[in-house]
Amino acid sequence: MDTTTMTTGTRRPGTRVRLWRCYLLDTRCELLRLLREPMYIIPTLLFPALFYVMFGLLLGGRGSGGAARYLLATYGVFGAVGAGLFGFAVTLAIDRERGFFALRRALPAPPSAWLVARLLIAMLFTLVIVLELAALAVAFGGVTLTAGQWALLWTVTVLGALPFCAIGLWLGSLASANAAPAWVNLLFLPMAFLSGLWLPLSMLPDVFARLAPVWPAWHLAQIALGATGQSGSTPLWLHLLVLAVVTVACCVLALRRLVRAV
Amino acid sequence: MSENANPLAPLACLADVRRRRGAVQALDGVDLMLPAGQVTALLGVNGAGKTTAIEILLGLQPADAGEIVLFDRHPSDLEARRHVGVMLQQAQLPERLQVGELLSLTRSWYPDPRSVADCVALAGLDGLLGRRYGRLSGGQQRRVQFALALCGRPQLLFLDEPTTGLDIGARQQVWRAIRRLVADGVGILLTTHYLEEAEALADRVVVLDAGRVRAVGSVGEVRAQVAQRRIRCTTVVQADVVAAWPGVRTAEAVDGQLVVMAEQAEPVLRRLLETDPQLDDLEVQRAGLAEAFVAMTAATDIASDTNRQEAA
Repeated sequence: MDTTTMTTGTRRPGTRVRLWRCYLLDTRCELLRLLREPMYIIPTLLFPALFYVMFGLLLGGRGSGGAARYLLATYGVFGAVGAGLFGFAVTLAIDRERGFFALRRALPAPPSAWLVARLLIAMLFTLVIVLELAALAVAFGGVTLTAGQWALLWTVTVLGALPFCAIGLWLGSLASANAAPAWVNLLFLPMAFLSGLWLPLSMLPDVFARLAPVWPAWHLAQIALGATGQSGSTPLWLHLLVLAVVTVACCVLALRRLVRAV
Repeated sequence: MSENANPLAPLACLADVRRRRGAVQALDGVDLMLPAGQVTALLGVNGAGKTTAIEILLGLQPADAGEIVLFDRHPSDLEARRHVGVMLQQAQLPERLQVGELLSLTRSWYPDPRSVADCVALAGLDGLLGRRYGRLSGGQQRRVQFALALCGRPQLLFLDEPTTGLDIGARQQVWRAIRRLVADGVGILLTTHYLEEAEALADRVVVLDAGRVRAVGSVGEVRAQVAQRRIRCTTVVQADVVAAWPGVRTAEAVDGQLVVMAEQAEPVLRRLLETDPQLDDLEVQRAGLAEAFVAMTAATDIASDTNRQEAA
């Protein structure tokens, strides 16, 4: 067959797909989907602040002001991990199972639009969470940071959602729609606890502190603590390296899986 | 195959495409061409390979061998798919989005989309734009999917069971829209369980069976390729005797009557009447597409039934 004789069709001049518009509409639609799903939005946006009030301000406030300061950083990380994991894993698993993911692939939806929309939303949610925590920490915890420390903490936490978006992407490419929330919680809650996000690891038996470096969330928490002047002994580049490796590895695994699956 | 003689340049084609899924040869050397301005109906029982063929044409799954061309490119090329609209049978759209939001999103993926008003008129979405997709009836959801398929002003439309779940009025509306699009030069690949739908809309019929193309041609041609006449009568002549006569495709006893599928009715009738002058309740019919289709696929049913269960 002579493929050169095939028609490519005519298009009105001056019309083309504007990628930024695809990104904008995709982000808007994803955001609307999530906002209309209270089951997802309430835990993601309110639990970090709620836990911070309980453990950081009510319980921790009785001792020194150190708890409010430590947990300000770690509950921000807790929020970022949740927004990244849930935002990617659950929605991807649902779209895959219901065939919407396949329809998007059959239609000329730019694959990057899907990714950009979810990344923006995960970072937006993280930003909301860290601002909530900041307001609580300043108003009720007596936490004082320099403007530079605030800016660094927020930047670290918001960008810190990205490795967990990658982990969520991988989980969502594997799990069914029903199983995805369970898988995420199975990873999320133990990892948060064992990384010292809920309580400082110094309050737990020593073995947990020694095992903590296996969790990506611990590495992000160390960077966030460093941003607020509470650095640990491990050098910064090691934390960054671990998070970068996790991000790349999960992205590669997820994309390999998504290309094969219909 | 006679398809090469088609004067219209195809918009998309499969050439000798093979695809194995597990133990099943889902496609076993399939040739398929989709010309502009025509409805091509892809018929076949569940598991015949229809879904696999569509998914390969859309780049949703790769082929093991063979050539796939969609608007001069490979289907994985975004530019190729910008000429394509798709309605997938099993796709559920996000329930919490409103119809208008879904339509805007899908329109943004195309360089020169139809206006929202045109989409509403073509697909019959009056009054639905502000409604949430998940709160629509099955028929309304089907119409929304149809609107998303045609909103990009596609030149080639894939419609997988487009009228399943629609009432008669809504089905007529979809049929009218399909005819209008075809008149504008759009090529359509239609799969359907309703054979009357294929008969009403299709310019060409491709019958798939166990991963192979069993027949290609116009509705009339496909019908002509199988038993053209169906003879039914009450007689003492045994079915297995008639089955051995020349010109008889099949003969069987159904509800105490003899049913014969024959290339031509007259010689068989003459011989039947000679053999049994008492023959009664005689009825001769021209075979419809449904019978042509069943006759064509029945022959291989038993042999390949076990293979086909999971090929869909």
